[in-house]
Amino acid sequence: MTDPLVRPKRKDPLKRTRMPLAPPAARSRTAHGLTAAAAEGKFALQVCSDCAAVTYPPRDACPSCLSPRLPFMPVDNRGTLVAETTVHNSPEPYFRERVPWRVGVVKLDVGPSVVAHLHGDTVEGARVRLELKLDKIGAPVMIALPAKETPNMQDDPQLREMTCDPKFRRVLITDGRSAVGQAMAKAFAEAGSTIVFVGIADAWKPYPGMEALRRIERVEIVPLDLTDSESVAEQAEQNGGRIDIVVNTAEHVRAGGFVDRHGLTVAREQMDIRYFGLVRLAQAFGPVLRGRGADGVNSAAAFVNLLSVHALMNWPAYGAYAAVEAACLSAAQCLRAELRPGGVKVVNVFSGPLETEWFQTVPPPKVAPAALARAVVDALKRGLEDVFVGDVAEDVRARLAVNPKALEREISN
Amino acid sequence: MSSVDLLAFAQAVASGKIRVIDLTQTLSQEFPTIVLPPEFGQCAPFRIEEVSRYDERGPAWYWNNLSMGEHTGTHFDAPIHWISGKDLPNNSVDTIDAAKFIAPAVVIDCSQQCAADPDFMLTIPFVEAWEARHGRIGPGHWVLLRTDWSKKPYPQYAGMRDDGAHTPGPEPAVVKWLVEERDVHGFGTETIGTDYGQGQHFNPPYPAHFYMHGKGRYGLQCLANLDQLPARGAVIFSAPLKIKQGSGSPLRVLALVSGED
Repeated sequence: MTDPLVRPKRKDPLKRTRMPLAPPAARSRTAHGLTAAAAEGKFALQVCSDCAAVTYPPRDACPSCLSPRLPFMPVDNRGTLVAETTVHNSPEPYFRERVPWRVGVVKLDVGPSVVAHLHGDTVEGARVRLELKLDKIGAPVMIALPAKETPNMQDDPQLREMTCDPKFRRVLITDGRSAVGQAMAKAFAEAGSTIVFVGIADAWKPYPGMEALRRIERVEIVPLDLTDSESVAEQAEQNGGRIDIVVNTAEHVRAGGFVDRHGLTVAREQMDIRYFGLVRLAQAFGPVLRGRGADGVNSAAAFVNLLSVHALMNWPAYGAYAAVEAACLSAAQCLRAELRPGGVKVVNVFSGPLETEWFQTVPPPKVAPAALARAVVDALKRGLEDVFVGDVAEDVRARLAVNPKALEREISN
Repeated sequence: MSSVDLLAFAQAVASGKIRVIDLTQTLSQEFPTIVLPPEFGQCAPFRIEEVSRYDERGPAWYWNNLSMGEHTGTHFDAPIHWISGKDLPNNSVDTIDAAKFIAPAVVIDCSQQCAADPDFMLTIPFVEAWEARHGRIGPGHWVLLRTDWSKKPYPQYAGMRDDGAHTPGPEPAVVKWLVEERDVHGFGTETIGTDYGQGQHFNPPYPAHFYMHGKGRYGLQCLANLDQLPARGAVIFSAPLKIKQGSGSPLRVLALVSGED
């Protein structure tokens, strides 16, 4: 059984903040098949298209039949922990600071044996589940978890190195005026976040749900306007050092594309709130997040972007909106590279139309704000990087993988 | 007619014999901007981006880029702003005769009434009672409505509720009367707009805009320091930016008031 995580003591202000270090990051191009699976929380290994052998570590030819056709496929992740050891010393600076560190060999039921990190509740000789995770530098690693849930399992220190669990972390929800922002505040409070900062722009304008938002435990309303560089900078100056997870809930959804829209006012607002808002957050909060990636139990952990899945393929009915979302996705990819050295994950959460007033005329399936919030918390607990929430998001992703051109034509009809 | 001694005027300003009162709110990001239903186009709030501040972006100089709407902060409304004034000659800020930017003002104090009632409505009898005390409003005067609204914190200043804004302003009849019977220069307020907060429900909607601009008169809003002006005798300097076909403009509004002898 894992010792339950305790709320960290207040920091000794005379001590230097521990600097983030990276575990070894080098992976072959083929091995990034594991990165792709880990990013979405899947378990995939190479399966030979010719002889069906499952192989690990990643290779360019099948060790059984020498076939080069070795795609990554979802496989059963169950196995047995056949050997375990505890590392007490390591030449790697990252592990030196974290020893003792348990590793072991897991014999997977599907064939290969894997050297993996070990959850504290795994026992030599017992059944385990292997999960693919992204470590502090975003490289794919495997961790063996006990076959069944154990008490406080999520609090295991080795597992927590690979996740962004909101428990005892402080989160900033950038916009609390919307249903999504409010659902997010509730979900993080329930997930055990120590402080849920919720940004409100133009506090003189009332908004639906204001009273309910204020009543959520550990919610602290703060002035924050993503369209105002000074406001974002001031919030980062005041609270940046004690914000571990940023969830950008700012949204600006309007139906329509370009040809039938009059002028640029709405387009500018969309870019200002979404794209420039993200840039402002990145500039203001990025440096301090990146500097606090190894700052103990409540280290900086994640920057969450809520994106339309139509960032991946434009949906002309909401075409201008989708174009801005695509810009945000591109910015998020840059931010991911910039924050990775600090051990801070950029989590992109894609969804289709939401159950909100701006998608009122769109028929279901739509994603409820509470479902989106649950998906975000779940993604952080599991340490995911790319998340697809709801039927539309999954459908777009699947069709994009098969034939992007077909999707482009079909989505515009 | 003898010439006016402008040097004496300048000396009176310098010596404080003529007091200059700034009626302008500071342009800041936080200052409330008019809110329309979200499906309409919105007036941009004031935003400021540093270009450089004695740093690598410009080692010896500090400056900013600004963005805002024509109707952000303390601002001037030109007749072209409203549909009723769209076909008038010289109806935009760049074509209005510059002499119009200097005009006398009367200040109607209804701050006491507004303190108790954010829905206070200016009526003809109220103005007539004011005239009984201060004399008839002369032609070519700004009519400035002192409500002390500029002193309120932003939530009360904007007065937004689930049925729209609740802020004081004029009823339709008094605006029409000020234009037709008193030939005023324009109408100025401390609130976000020249109209009553619930002015969209009047007939015509937004009468201060409809009647004033329909007859080529002007508007000033988001004014401050009206409590420092006398009921009559102040002269207002209110020159908007010369924006091509501009419907209005943020501006510095100054009042000249004769000081104590």
